[in-house]
Amino acid sequence: MNSLAKLLEAALFASPRPIPTDELRALDADASKAAVQSALDELREHYNVDGHGVELVEQGGGWQVLTRPEYTEAIERAQMAVRPHRLSGAALETLAIIAYRQPIGRADIAEIRGVDVGAILKSLLERGLVDVVARGEGLGRPLLYGTTPLFLEQFALRHLEELPRIDELSIALRSSEPATAPATAPVPAVSAA
Amino acid sequence: MTSPHQGASVGQGSFVVELTTFNGPLDLLLSLIRDEKVDIYDIPIAHICKQFLAKMHELAMNDAADYLEMAARLLRIKAQMLLPRHEGEVQWDDPRAELVRRLLEYQQMREVVDVLERLGEDRRNRFARAWTPTLSAPPQAPLALSLAELLVAVDRVIRSVKQPGVHDVVPRAIDVDGAIAIVRALLALRASARWRDVVRDDAEPWEVLSALLALLELARRSELKLAQNRPFSDVEIRRELAGEAA
Repeated sequence: MNSLAKLLEAALFASPRPIPTDELRALDADASKAAVQSALDELREHYNVDGHGVELVEQGGGWQVLTRPEYTEAIERAQMAVRPHRLSGAALETLAIIAYRQPIGRADIAEIRGVDVGAILKSLLERGLVDVVARGEGLGRPLLYGTTPLFLEQFALRHLEELPRIDELSIALRSSEPATAPATAPVPAVSAA
Repeated sequence: MTSPHQGASVGQGSFVVELTTFNGPLDLLLSLIRDEKVDIYDIPIAHICKQFLAKMHELAMNDAADYLEMAARLLRIKAQMLLPRHEGEVQWDDPRAELVRRLLEYQQMREVVDVLERLGEDRRNRFARAWTPTLSAPPQAPLALSLAELLVAVDRVIRSVKQPGVHDVVPRAIDVDGAIAIVRALLALRASARWRDVVRDDAEPWEVLSALLALLELARRSELKLAQNRPFSDVEIRRELAGEAA
């Protein structure tokens, strides 16, 4: 490995959070963006080819060294680290709505889900997956929620754009602006009176 | 009526516990539409509404407000559709349109949930180098221990004790008072001690037991505090000031 790759490895080891490529460049003033990128590739290759228990992963807005999944059970059994709890279906629904419609208020989330989301929002806030990002213009200036960097990290996303685009989903709303305009969906098969 | 969402078909009036099978009235409605294979753009409201109420009853959700609200909404839509329409009226807004929009929106979101579920499960199985607890650390997973591991641990404890001496009759019963005196004397000198300070490496089983009971007894009387910071680490014994004053 070249010295830049070693420097990056040390920085990734030291940081508790994923480090974006741009921040990695700050480690060495002389390194070009291309050099950092190729050093990252070299490091990743090093982990993959030589057979390591960890690997280099790009996600959560940056680069991170993670253990390989096959060792998770043994590590958890020895109580050296604990996996975060799995989210419930209701929590995932709420999170999905916030991810796509942020910033969004509690009432709008409840409207889409068809059930109240107060308790679920609170637990998502406590887990640091969502946060209050703004206040709405409407009555009572409701709190508006958005996803956090931790959300990206826990769902192995590099950025929000990595989520499937609305028009990539098999059930795309036919209305062009589903986010804001609750336009009446076309209803073709109306039997004439 | 078939219910593929549940393992076994549920008899009339039997007790159902799978309340969480559906994530809300829209979820239930969508699954009905799928099961009945009806066109989402042309929902036979009366039929679906009947199914919806039957399902609610079956799942013992008669009192769930969100479901009741949806049932009421369905009935209202049905009523609106029964209203006479005048011949030659320019535009007729299908009362089902808003429901269809919400159902599609919900279905779309369910698809995203599937994606998130897959991604999240994959990431959950990898540890970062330093997993820093964010706001509140989740409670530790329950200790998973097989019988074999437990027996190995017991064996290790017995081995560490000098000569189990199965045939020896222990000349004296467990001496908790004596051990209490030892612990008190130790804590009179030092503010904190460790398990190893109280129990010698070559202690007899009765001595180990006496020490353990003494520590628990003194902790109960709040004369000291016990802490084990990590699983399997040495037990820390700290003098408790409140107990001294009392």
